[in-house]
Amino acid sequence: MIEYALSGTKKYWTLIFSLIVIIGIGFTAYLYQLREGLGITGMSRDVSWGLYIAQFTFLVGVAASAVMVVLPYYLHNYKAFGKMTILGEFLAVSSVVMCGLFIFVDIGQPSRILNTLLYPSPRSVFFWDFISLGGYFLLNLVIGWVSLESERKSVPPPSWIKPLIYLSIPWAISIHTVTAFIYSGLGARSFWFTAIMAPRFLASAFAAGPALLILLTFIVRKVSTFDPGKEAIQTLAKIVTYAIIINVFFILLELFTAFYSGIEEHTQHFEYLFFGLHGKSALVPFMWVSIILAITAIILLVNPRTRKKEGILILACIAVFVSIWIEKGMGLVVTGFIPSPLEKITEYMPTAPEIAITLGVYGIGFLVLSILYKIVITIRNNEAC
Amino acid sequence: MGINRRSFLKMAGLASISGLGIKGFTKAFGSESETTKDKKQKLALVIDMRKCREEQGCRDCILACHKVHNVPEIENPKHEVKWIWKENFEHAFPSQNHKYVSDKVKSAPSIVLCNHCDNPPCVEVCPTQATFKRESDGIVMMDFHRCIGCRYCMVACPYGARSFNWEEAKPHIKEINPTFPVRAKGVVEKCNLCAERIAKNELPACVEACKEKAILFGDLNDPDSEIRHVLSTNDTIRRKPHLSTMPNVYYIM
Amino acid sequence: MYDSVKVITGIIIFLFLMTSPLWYNLATGKASYVPELKIDSTETQCVESTEFMRENHMELLNTWRNEVVRGGSRIYRASNGKEYEKSLTNTCMNCHKERTEFCSKCHDYAGVKKPRCWNCHNEPNLETSQEGLVYGN
Repeated sequence: MIEYALSGTKKYWTLIFSLIVIIGIGFTAYLYQLREGLGITGMSRDVSWGLYIAQFTFLVGVAASAVMVVLPYYLHNYKAFGKMTILGEFLAVSSVVMCGLFIFVDIGQPSRILNTLLYPSPRSVFFWDFISLGGYFLLNLVIGWVSLESERKSVPPPSWIKPLIYLSIPWAISIHTVTAFIYSGLGARSFWFTAIMAPRFLASAFAAGPALLILLTFIVRKVSTFDPGKEAIQTLAKIVTYAIIINVFFILLELFTAFYSGIEEHTQHFEYLFFGLHGKSALVPFMWVSIILAITAIILLVNPRTRKKEGILILACIAVFVSIWIEKGMGLVVTGFIPSPLEKITEYMPTAPEIAITLGVYGIGFLVLSILYKIVITIRNNEAC
Repeated sequence: MGINRRSFLKMAGLASISGLGIKGFTKAFGSESETTKDKKQKLALVIDMRKCREEQGCRDCILACHKVHNVPEIENPKHEVKWIWKENFEHAFPSQNHKYVSDKVKSAPSIVLCNHCDNPPCVEVCPTQATFKRESDGIVMMDFHRCIGCRYCMVACPYGARSFNWEEAKPHIKEINPTFPVRAKGVVEKCNLCAERIAKNELPACVEACKEKAILFGDLNDPDSEIRHVLSTNDTIRRKPHLSTMPNVYYIM
Repeated sequence: MYDSVKVITGIIIFLFLMTSPLWYNLATGKASYVPELKIDSTETQCVESTEFMRENHMELLNTWRNEVVRGGSRIYRASNGKEYEKSLTNTCMNCHKERTEFCSKCHDYAGVKKPRCWNCHNEPNLETSQEGLVYGN
């Protein structure tokens, strides 16, 4: 089926070529990082994780969101999602690829990465994260590929795919729970040391992921005759609506616990995020943009009249995606380090090489996504004919 | 020709995966062989800040440690590497800080370093066991060969005791101590309680260097040791005890 | 076979490219020497016999590394009964002082770049120690 990705319109090849150029720039920046060390990034002794791990955290959520399409269709026979599931599964595949790459570029000694397999450490959450992400990648790749292949041949998919699909549903929840555990088990970091970390991650994942999926669906509809259907898009939009409301609610819960108790160890991180602390306020504008976007999105999505207008839905989905990207990526990961356990403030801003490498990894992810979606579109186009 | 190609490939795949998996599992749940000493030690430090304050601006312990272990002196504070250093009371003991802290305590910063905890969060989170707690003496050690530089241990440490090599260290070391290696970029490092000196029955560098003899080093498992005597006759505090890390560096303020 | 001329030509070119290192070394004579190792020391005997070291020196160093760092056991009892400190810098390099005259001679010849010991471990001749700074991993 991969031959479908090797032929396409001029627009398709322009996209592929542009992605390869971006990947090339990112790769060159990565060679520079290999040579000079991770010091070329904006990370520091106090803020030891930055843009790379923030992207990893955010993208695990996007990967997990495939379950929001798979669950209704396979467990509850929600037929409207029938054409959508493959898009969700392939989005999950490309997201997990990016997650793995973001971890890789963040590693100080990448040639030793196999030590994690040679010396497995089940007490470390990273160990379980690698297992769950690796398994999820294989699950979605196999499920998507085999389902698509069967569809192309106009035969029902093999029976062994069903248990894999059912497995992928709790597995999707587990990948993001495990990622949340990376943060929520650390007594040293009071900003993350909360049981609601995993529910927050899941809620934001189920808002940002389907929002992106809706946007991708509109693009797919524009460049081909493949249309997953108005009902599918609207149901996804309703899922995004509930998820972003729950996400905002969870954040309000966090704010209550911190500020009602007034415990400085907890409040100081939120103060830094929203108001600045001791004159340091690099993240404040970003956070308020995130809040405004979230509230705007909620207003637009809750009202069915605005939600049903596709132009407005697109804007709302972009708002949801960007808002959660800011809040979960930079807002969550970087703020865990500010103030440090010694109550000092070292701010963080990514550097140009760091951004270049990040864009390069996103380029690889979008390349994988484009290739997989091209295959889907070609097959669906052929069916339509 | 009793078996077809598909079944053969399936069996070969399963066999190789289970082979690797079994090896991995035995490694994970088997224990690393370590030297068995007759009696397990529990090494700890008591830092007597009353003696430390005698000489203002003294950095003898820091200079000794960093010299013996080839710790680079990096100007960029974001990339600094330090195994032992001084922190004001409000930063070393944030949960005990208040507006009316005595002048005596405010006058001189505390010496801080890795606490070699009994329940070290850094050891728990390391995905390769590059940092581990030695059973024989309780030192939380770093294996620089195995560290992949993921910095999870730095994130997990409540005391900020760990440093990462963000750039090559060699250009920043004035005088290399030839008997101890330098570290390549991309690995995390921290105080190792001078394991290499203890092995030769020497005192840790910081203990030896202090003119006022403010740092006391000993075995908590030895009830007759000096450190046990000092702990039982002085009021001591530890950093962030509420986190149940069980640190083994005690302070007499 | 379809396009048999193209396919067979392709196979021949592929084989030539794959064996090109052999042709290159034969032509330039770069590999036509046996590495000569110089040892600048009064000691006549290494920790173990030459045959053993030739085959197992890396394994010995790896074992030493794990036993010292992870096990805390620093004394090595050799097969000749003598005791040595398990240390690359303090024991091995005590006799094999010049890395470029000893270790590098064979490792460069065989193109064995890893492991990058000298990124971290010191050499007695500290001028060459800056050469040990290898970029990348």
